[in-house]
Amino acid sequence: MSRRAPAPPAPPAQALAEPASLEPWTLLAPDGTLAEGYRPSLSDEELLAAFRLMLLSRTVDQRAFSLQRQGRLGTFSTVEGQEASVVGSAFALDPARDWVVPQYRELPAMLRQGYPLTRFFLYFRGHPIGNQMPEGVRVLPFQISLAAQIPHAVGLAWGLRQQGSDAAVMTYFGDGASSEGDAHEAMNLAGVRRAPVVFLLQNNGWAISTPVAKQTAAQSFALRAPGYGFPGVLVDGNDLFAVHEAARWAVERARAGEGPTLIEARTYRLGPHNTADDPTRYVDPDELRARRELDPIVRVRAYLRARRLLSEAEEEQLRSQLMDEVNAAVAEAEAHPAADRRHIFEHVYADPPPRVRAQRERATAGEEVR
Amino acid sequence: MAVMNMVEAIRSTLDAEMARDERVILLGQDIGHNGGVFRATDGLQERYGEDRVVDMPLAEGVIIGAAVGLAASGLIPVPELQFLGFGSQAFHQLEGQVARMRFRSQGRFGMPMVIRAPFGGNVRTPELHSDAHEAKYANSPGLKIAMPATAADAKGLLTQALRDPDPVLFCEPLRGYRLIRDDVPEGEHTVPFGRARGAREGSDVAIVAWSAAVVVAEQAAELAAREGISCGVLDLRTLVPLDVDALREAAAACGRVVVVHEAPYTSGFGAEVVATVQQEAFWSLEAPLARVTAYDTPYPIAAVEHQYLPDAERVLAAVRTAMEA
Ligand SMILES: Cc1ncc(C[n+]2csc(CCOP(=O)(O)OP(=O)(O)O)c2C)c(N)n1
Repeated sequence: MSRRAPAPPAPPAQALAEPASLEPWTLLAPDGTLAEGYRPSLSDEELLAAFRLMLLSRTVDQRAFSLQRQGRLGTFSTVEGQEASVVGSAFALDPARDWVVPQYRELPAMLRQGYPLTRFFLYFRGHPIGNQMPEGVRVLPFQISLAAQIPHAVGLAWGLRQQGSDAAVMTYFGDGASSEGDAHEAMNLAGVRRAPVVFLLQNNGWAISTPVAKQTAAQSFALRAPGYGFPGVLVDGNDLFAVHEAARWAVERARAGEGPTLIEARTYRLGPHNTADDPTRYVDPDELRARRELDPIVRVRAYLRARRLLSEAEEEQLRSQLMDEVNAAVAEAEAHPAADRRHIFEHVYADPPPRVRAQRERATAGEEVR
Repeated sequence: MAVMNMVEAIRSTLDAEMARDERVILLGQDIGHNGGVFRATDGLQERYGEDRVVDMPLAEGVIIGAAVGLAASGLIPVPELQFLGFGSQAFHQLEGQVARMRFRSQGRFGMPMVIRAPFGGNVRTPELHSDAHEAKYANSPGLKIAMPATAADAKGLLTQALRDPDPVLFCEPLRGYRLIRDDVPEGEHTVPFGRARGAREGSDVAIVAWSAAVVVAEQAAELAAREGISCGVLDLRTLVPLDVDALREAAAACGRVVVVHEAPYTSGFGAEVVATVQQEAFWSLEAPLARVTAYDTPYPIAAVEHQYLPDAERVLAAVRTAMEA
């Protein structure tokens, strides 16, 4: 008869890291009222500027979507639903010293840093100049290889600090990208080097058609941060104030040399993944309807109205201004000289090897240099 | 001139360039306190501090990925892959990010950096430490690739790489670290990229090689000379840019070309060399172009690696065949 092994002892409490749960930080309720005792760090003027940027983003989404359907723009991803998350965090930055390292769904943050809207339209018309940040604009190019930008942000933050700057770097990525090895490697390194970087993880519920429950078994992405030796924060990503305060706190920590912060902004993608996607194949219409009720723009609007900072008539006027702004950028992009073969060869090397030179000469023979 | 082995040449060059340009910072696994597993960075952390010789977490992807950000911040990072074979863990950052960031950003973010990577066989390392992966990177536009075969060139090419505005993959032959010893010019010494080195003059067969395979090519040329066959040896030095002129001239001078490399045959960089020679010197050729390489099998463990890698005898056989054609 075999002897039964004794039951193993359970690990003692001090040695056991157990799954934890978090509740998102909310400061602005869906009806536009503030949490008790809360006074926003954003001045009224800044708040209006933030709201303007949120509306601009929505206007771009709508205009660009229809341009795409008309064949005047390529495939792109809308921000719709995530405006509080992107704008609230971007407003914690000082564009004169801080950097944004984007994925591809953070246009308003790039605009606030100084990226010209015309270049956005050029980029999605397929013109390479669209991904060139003008000198002085502290933004890395759009990143299509998911999560690859996260290590860049850490290196940038580390390098700036080592050269005496007190700049912070904010990098954006999605719940899908968070599963890539780059996300882990980058956050781990950031902790070790106390890099002044803010990881702004936009959990919008989806990676194309894959729901967030298939990316992680954890209750919140923010829980990863303590494992890397720095704090994580879960915020209501549809709450401009909560996102802003969390980002501000993280940026202050970065400036003060206290190292990185991970912020999970829990938001919701109201549109398709991109213009080539059909979300009716996988999004439950009832859920979408419920999520639309939580539109981040509606929430800020309710607050602005209650505070009498922006009347309906003033907003109407603002909207028509924004439409003009967007149309002007579209017109400028459409009038831009088309890309040509030379763009295939330019900026590959500072000094192209003879082979590349010869290929360029053969490919562009007879074409005048523009 | 000072006689140095290759690892001494590399270490002293890193030292000199770090002293010359304070933007140069080194990052890698075990490179600081330990001075690198091959001592290529020995003493540098003591001299330049922990901010400039940085021991990194064990993650190749972020060693290369962070270097992208460091370069964007205005520094000149020199990330070390402890072994080129583990570059696969960073390949997406190398070919997808480092190599094309200048292009993607339309010139706003150049990527001055040197990725140092030891590789190569016959030193009885564990699996994946020896693989010659250079061709994988040669197919990644935006990168340059330097593969020195002498200590003098290690200095000259590394100095050049550190001053290049574009990223350079700098492959260092493990076998050569201590075995390759030669006269290294003192003081300022650069070797321009894309200029092959005539390692040996010859009129019958041109043997083309790079890195440690140049030594094998020279041994084969020596053996062939005893049989009255005159072999030239052309050391390419850099694969990107490629010295097409030197290849054309060598092929034209001898009419027979044998390429030697440590990587497997199919899609090795030798394929690029023979295609180039065929295009450039077809009418001068007197024999089919030959490649003496590793086999199209994974790199084996130590007991048989000397039979896997090209050696002087196999090169000599290819030389004889070319002469009989
Ligand atoms: C490395 C990589 N794998 C796959 C893709 C294809 N792809 C593009 S977007 C996407 C989903 C991204 O989801 P998430 O990171 O959550 O960002 P979101 O689009 O929801 O903002 C996928 C799989 C890619 N671009 N890069």
